[in-house]
Amino acid sequence: MADVAIGGTLLRRRGAPLRRPVSAGIGPGLSVLYLSLLVGLPVAALISKSANVNAWSFVWHDPHTRSVLEFTFFIALAIAVLNAITGVALAWVLVRDDFPGKRIVNSLIDLPFALPTIVAGLVLLTLYGPGSPIGVNVAATRVGVLFALLFVTLPFVTRAVQPVLLSLELDVEDAAACLGAKPLTIFRRIILPAILPATLTGAALAFARALGEYGSVVLIGGNIPHTEIGSQVIANLVENGAPQAAAAVGLALIVMALLVLLVLALVTRRWSRHA
Amino acid sequence: MSIQVRNLSKSFGDFHALRNVSVDMESGQLTAVLGPSGGGKSTLLRIIAGLEEADRGTVLIDGSDVTNVAARNRGIGFVFQHYAAFTHMTVWDNVAFGLKVAKAPKGKIKARVGELLDLVHLSGLAPRYPAELSGGQRQRMALARALAVEPALLLLDEPFGALDVKVRQELREWLRRLHDEVNTTTIFVTHDQEEAMEISDQIIVINEGRVEQSGTPDTLYDRPVNDFVMGFLGPVTTLGGNLVRPHDIHVSRTAGSAGHPARIERLVSLGFETRLVADPGPGADPVTVQLTRNHIHELALEVGDQVYLSVSAHPARLLTALEG
Amino acid sequence: MRKYVLRYAVLGYLVMLLAVPVFVIAYRTFAHGLSPVWDALSSHAAVNALELSLLITAIAVPINVIFGVATGWFLARRKMPLPWLVNAVINMPFAMSPVIIGLSVFVLYGRTGWIGTYLFAHNIPVLFTWKAMVIATVFVSLPFVVREVVPVLEEIGTEQEQAAQVLGASALQGFFRVTLPAIRWAVVYGTILTVARALGEYGAVNLVSSGFVGQGLTLPLYVDNRVNQLDPTAAYSAGLLLALLSLIILVGMTAFASRRRRQT
Repeated sequence: MADVAIGGTLLRRRGAPLRRPVSAGIGPGLSVLYLSLLVGLPVAALISKSANVNAWSFVWHDPHTRSVLEFTFFIALAIAVLNAITGVALAWVLVRDDFPGKRIVNSLIDLPFALPTIVAGLVLLTLYGPGSPIGVNVAATRVGVLFALLFVTLPFVTRAVQPVLLSLELDVEDAAACLGAKPLTIFRRIILPAILPATLTGAALAFARALGEYGSVVLIGGNIPHTEIGSQVIANLVENGAPQAAAAVGLALIVMALLVLLVLALVTRRWSRHA
Repeated sequence: MSIQVRNLSKSFGDFHALRNVSVDMESGQLTAVLGPSGGGKSTLLRIIAGLEEADRGTVLIDGSDVTNVAARNRGIGFVFQHYAAFTHMTVWDNVAFGLKVAKAPKGKIKARVGELLDLVHLSGLAPRYPAELSGGQRQRMALARALAVEPALLLLDEPFGALDVKVRQELREWLRRLHDEVNTTTIFVTHDQEEAMEISDQIIVINEGRVEQSGTPDTLYDRPVNDFVMGFLGPVTTLGGNLVRPHDIHVSRTAGSAGHPARIERLVSLGFETRLVADPGPGADPVTVQLTRNHIHELALEVGDQVYLSVSAHPARLLTALEG
Repeated sequence: MRKYVLRYAVLGYLVMLLAVPVFVIAYRTFAHGLSPVWDALSSHAAVNALELSLLITAIAVPINVIFGVATGWFLARRKMPLPWLVNAVINMPFAMSPVIIGLSVFVLYGRTGWIGTYLFAHNIPVLFTWKAMVIATVFVSLPFVVREVVPVLEEIGTEQEQAAQVLGASALQGFFRVTLPAIRWAVVYGTILTVARALGEYGAVNLVSSGFVGQGLTLPLYVDNRVNQLDPTAAYSAGLLLALLSLIILVGMTAFASRRRRQT
């Protein structure tokens, strides 16, 4: 009774504690501490490990490392461009087209996120490797690496563009059509500007992912220098007892990824001011 | 349970929501806090509830200082503008929430929730989720939830703002009856002067963070202390440089002692009432007059006629001036 | 016409890239019947790999869920010091290669690392044990729950929490009775993503694992090991097991994807 008859309880409760106890800052503080220990400290250790002239001189002068970094950058760029095209096409078909089994296809898009990368590699090696049932053998070639990276980055652009396409109002396209615009003109003038920011965001995420991908390429790459990408060089350097050089290569990759994400942030900010 | 607010100030960045506000609300009364949007009335209510912290000033409930008491210990009921329904709980669980967290005995909770759902006419909808209710039903559920803990003070923030006109009309009458039945002190925030006039014992008009005037609805309507209160509480028009109510203007065909000549521009029939718009000549704003239809017929008024306008009965502003 | 060309081009691309490979691995696994598959999966090394994967997942996922919900709540509701920096750090694992994450754990806990020096001096083995693999896994799967929880918390706003407060609920009561139920689908969805990543992680754990068969290999590491040891049946069997797990995860993702942003 006393619990609910507030008229009485209120008076007893009046001396109750203040609204903002000193402990209010402890939670966020613990969160920050946890993040610092889990992420901040290892990354700081990595940076400190690479703070070594010899390590950077190795990155710069070792011909194999340099060619791998160049290859990694360009194949990641190719992946971003290819994904921008296929991802928009996929999103378009999934949003505007209708066919039996569309829902299954839609959930299949997330498969690369759910499937462990090494299994993705194994799967691709089986289909496009030696003894391929369809007679395509790209194992131990750069095309094989491209296939693997396309596989793991497939969802990024599609999943970024899909909601934007869904939110576009058909009225605008109808209005343009009434004004005499051809379908391709409508796509170029009306739809493309609307989905471009999302496409770029997805493509940049695909770029970052391709830049650091490891699990899916180790098997189909065939473990030869010609097909190596950045992560494999790092793993090999660690195995050969050169963690400083590995840290330097790692930082070089991180810087590449951050630069691309930064450029993207600047570009989308300029666009959002338009909108 | 009486409330005294003393010298309350609150800013959000550069925006001064409240500037040195002091008001009293008497025990057992239904008080309306009335004012335009962004005038600070919701902030005042939220500070009384303990949901917002004032920069300066104190809040006294029944004479004791609660400025530093947490909202959950103030023993108030609060009804949010958008209901703040617990979306993952049924209507029954929503209403029972306050009793459950107070660890009331199960039998007591059951009886009290049942009683409240009856009171707000939602007994049949107890197992539904808020998403399955109409706006008015959700609002009644929010009221039952607030009343469950038997608050001695009930605060409502724009309680009917999001409802359509008809439901709003029903609910406001119902709120008045409810207030009389459960016998609490009630404060509600509104920007609708009709709502405030219709059901409250006392109105506090707040504008730009300041209290403009407080008093009974009649006092505020008949004796507003300034043009803002006068304009906010009812329709106004200008006659001879003074602000007057359109229904306080006397229309005559002959020039009296203080008659302002004007020509009839428009006659708009609104059923029982007819609105007359007259042009007093160059340099003056058109004057609006409210008349009954019968009155128009008696005088046989037509568009283009010359009439004489004077302030009839008790000119509100003059009265205040005399008293002040 | 154009519509059909696009539709079948897109479907064909998906089929060649996703569907056919997955069928092929299932076909290859059972090429010699069921019993070799069963033998491969019940071998000591395979069982041990499965156990290690489950152990790491069982530790890493609860840590990230609890931390993720708490941090998400602090980010959305309380004053976080330097929120942009906290956000950047939370998203860091997405911008970093898993190998680099593994390397940074390796460097920190290695013999000459800041923490490793202490650990080695006191004879506490962490690097090349399951503990380092847990640390690496927690790191790579850190963002999933936070990133799901924050937008939902921002969307539902603070009104429900304030209503609970006014009705007499303490901060903890309000959190467990009102906030947590309101964001539960986002938490479930984030948890599924975290489980998927923890079970399937390869690059990060590879660098801090001892690499010993039957002791230091998770399932993904075991798959790689079997391919390199030219033991295709074992590789395919373990791979298919992982694929089946991810299929379950995919079904879960599909089921909860639409619910996670809804409140009821």
